[in-house]
Amino acid sequence: MSPRFLPYALLLPATLFLLVFFLYPFVQIAVLAFSGPEGFTLQHVQTMTSHWKFGTALTNTIVLAAIVVPIQLVMALSMASIVTKLKTGRSAILYIFTIPLGLSDLAAGIIWLAIFEQSGFLNSVLYGLGIIEQPILFLGYQNIWVIFLAVIIAEVWRATAIVMVILVSGMGLIPREYYEAAEVFGASPWKRFVKITLPMLRPSLQSALILRTLAAFEVFAVVVALGGTTLPVLMGETFQWQFALQDRNVASAYALVILAISIASTLFFLRVLRVPKEARI
Amino acid sequence: MAEIIIKNVAKSFGSFKALHSIDLTIADQEFMVLLGASGCGKTTLLRIVAGLETPTQGEVWIGGRRVDHLPPRERGIAMVFQNYAVFPHLTVFENIAFGLRMKKLPQQEIDRRVTRTAELMHIEQLLKRYSGQLSGGQRQRVAVARALAMEPDVILMDEPLSNLDALLRLEMRAELKGVLAESKTTTIYVTHDQVEAMSLADRISVMNQGRIVQAATPVEVYRNPAARFVGSFIGNPPMNFIPATREGEGRWNVAGITVAGPDAGRDRLEFAIRPEDVEVAPGGLKATARVVEPLGAHTLVTTEVNGAMFRAVLDSDIRVSPGDELSLVPKPDRVRWFDPETTAAV
Amino acid sequence: MTDAVITDVPRSVSDARAAGRFLLIASTVLLCVWVLVPIYLLIVNTLSSPAEVTGFPKTGIPSFDFGSVQFFISFAGVARALWNSVLVAVLTMVLSIGLGAPAGYALSRFDFPGKEVFRMLVVMTRAFPLPLLALPLAVMFIRVGLDDTALGLALVHTVLAIPFAVLITFSLFSGIPIELEEAAWTLGCNRWQAFRKVVLPLVLPGIAASAVFAFTISWNEVFAAAVMTIENRTLTAFLIQSLNVSPLHLKFAGGAALVIPALIFIFAVRKYLFAMWGIANR
Repeated sequence: MSPRFLPYALLLPATLFLLVFFLYPFVQIAVLAFSGPEGFTLQHVQTMTSHWKFGTALTNTIVLAAIVVPIQLVMALSMASIVTKLKTGRSAILYIFTIPLGLSDLAAGIIWLAIFEQSGFLNSVLYGLGIIEQPILFLGYQNIWVIFLAVIIAEVWRATAIVMVILVSGMGLIPREYYEAAEVFGASPWKRFVKITLPMLRPSLQSALILRTLAAFEVFAVVVALGGTTLPVLMGETFQWQFALQDRNVASAYALVILAISIASTLFFLRVLRVPKEARI
Repeated sequence: MAEIIIKNVAKSFGSFKALHSIDLTIADQEFMVLLGASGCGKTTLLRIVAGLETPTQGEVWIGGRRVDHLPPRERGIAMVFQNYAVFPHLTVFENIAFGLRMKKLPQQEIDRRVTRTAELMHIEQLLKRYSGQLSGGQRQRVAVARALAMEPDVILMDEPLSNLDALLRLEMRAELKGVLAESKTTTIYVTHDQVEAMSLADRISVMNQGRIVQAATPVEVYRNPAARFVGSFIGNPPMNFIPATREGEGRWNVAGITVAGPDAGRDRLEFAIRPEDVEVAPGGLKATARVVEPLGAHTLVTTEVNGAMFRAVLDSDIRVSPGDELSLVPKPDRVRWFDPETTAAV
Repeated sequence: MTDAVITDVPRSVSDARAAGRFLLIASTVLLCVWVLVPIYLLIVNTLSSPAEVTGFPKTGIPSFDFGSVQFFISFAGVARALWNSVLVAVLTMVLSIGLGAPAGYALSRFDFPGKEVFRMLVVMTRAFPLPLLALPLAVMFIRVGLDDTALGLALVHTVLAIPFAVLITFSLFSGIPIELEEAAWTLGCNRWQAFRKVVLPLVLPGIAASAVFAFTISWNEVFAAAVMTIENRTLTAFLIQSLNVSPLHLKFAGGAALVIPALIFIFAVRKYLFAMWGIANR
């Protein structure tokens, strides 16, 4: 085959696949959300927004992300700094830190369920320490904020590793000479971190934040595992409408909402953490 | 018969013209060196002969066959790459045998050829090793052995010695010369090292900015450079150049002294002389010594002639100190002249 | 004349160093505990009898009673769900590598118009909530008879896995100098032979790792699996759909069934894990 066509031939299967199973379906989501028996309609959107769970789901999802992502960022930065400073046992520790990366979010939800549920390990510890007489119902519908907290902890546990990995590989790209120069000029470790590491990590930070925030908006299985239907989130509602209520159109409307906040936050991070080309490593 | 004819070959990469209309004929079993600085197009030309690049225009003939649209495997060539390209997942034996297996030669013949070329390159004790266990020099020998085992009509070598350290390079150069002479192949060898070129070549093609400036034997290229570029590129230290103005018929003023030169109808020429072709004697160029480097076998004196730098290689017995005034007389039969505009030899 | 005594400066520096090291080690240990203990607790529950799982208080020590595990395996639909998960994951693996590897090779070896567009397309997929694709695809699949099938779900999972497959193979192939292929061409190989004899043996470990990675992505995925499979549920779909009604020990055993294979896979490819996540974000 002529070498000129070879690259296209090699790309064709993947491109076709993505066109059919990625681009087209996304267009379809919009279609489903806005189409009714008589063509374009806003009825599904109305059904969605007027449902009592919509506002809560939207708020919950956004607040959850707003709390979880910064915590993960700080933790990931610490973990990344620790890992880069380690010499012996670095690969073993790295492997341990990245274990949650390979776990399903459902599995993570179940794992923390074992800790938080009424006969779970948290209660056992508290009981064993004599702090409580009776096991506390952490995950009941009366204490939504406790479920909220449990979800936050589970999410931080599960997904910090992704941010850490991106940051570690970003840190690896920062030449050591910059630190050494800063040290010679009298910068303390903290100062070096703030003035050299963070700025040079900007592209990685941008990557990590975009990815993680998008994933945070998709939170689903952890919430279901820990709180069932008590804590509404956007993805959960999408699932409900699609599956339980059999209304594909409203589900698609929800999907569009998730898409919208995803795009908004991506643009936000692209703007805020923009690094001009000349200032890159 | 593996004569190579390159006819009107040009190559552009997008808007960048890497080669401008190259014409070159390489005789059967000739050792041709393509010499030039990085970016001059020598590797591009080699790759076009190999079939790894297609020329934008022109023809390539090997052994009487036109090959410019054939893939490398159908051209009867073998190639040694700059970074050796020894396959990491195969033993040395399997590396050398690779091309032979592709040709579907019988195992006996494969064994014979591999052992022979391994002995030739002094790596017969390494046959069971993998490339990761070899030093750079050893890997290079494997690459050469692999090419030789193919018993090709043409061997192409792309700066094979440039990644070796200086001492190894010297040894390998001598070895390569012997091995390749025996193998009776036509060889095209690319290098930027002019000492390598001078030592190995039957003929050198000096290249600059996509053109062949001069293609001649080493001695010819050294003594009679066809252009200023060749004079300044070949030789270490390079040729000295002094602008000269016409004094009369065949007489030229070079930095204050009169030198006999060509009659041509111009008013200005460039006078050129190699550093080793001047003698300390009265009536020569007035030179003020600036830096004196006693190099053992001779002394390199960097002087100032008429405000410009002029190097002289003098006998080690001659005592010079910085600041001394010297009179340097150029040997008449070694003087060369170049046209200041066209830079061609006159 | 007095002898100068040089003992002051080094001590405070080494004290600070020692304190720093202590902090480093302490925080490392703390973080390892933070990561490992919850997983350990899940295993404890899995290896306890059903009564112990619902009992209180928990001791944190497994009793190695396989009652929960037995219950789980023999529960209606579980064996089938496990099988479906495996099937879908294998299909995902094959599809994503089969489609992604050639693309990765093309991107690494050739320069051609449209290269950047394709790269953009691949990067874009990471920026969208891919599980949502299950919604319109569920509709599409009904029309072609792919709904509620392993292949249908595998197609959705492949969309998730392809970007990784392309970017990882791109980086793998880029790491093989093209000189090796060129040398093979001069030694009698055509393009395909050179690829098969020289490039493939060298990238095989990396491709195997990304195949395992694709498998894991599919194995772990929840939303699309839950939306698209009813009769032929995968493990994740099964668990999430039965969360309201299943007894605790079933949940935990199911969780373990999700976790343990994933742990094994990630351990197997740990050498590439880093490179895969790190480079997959460029």
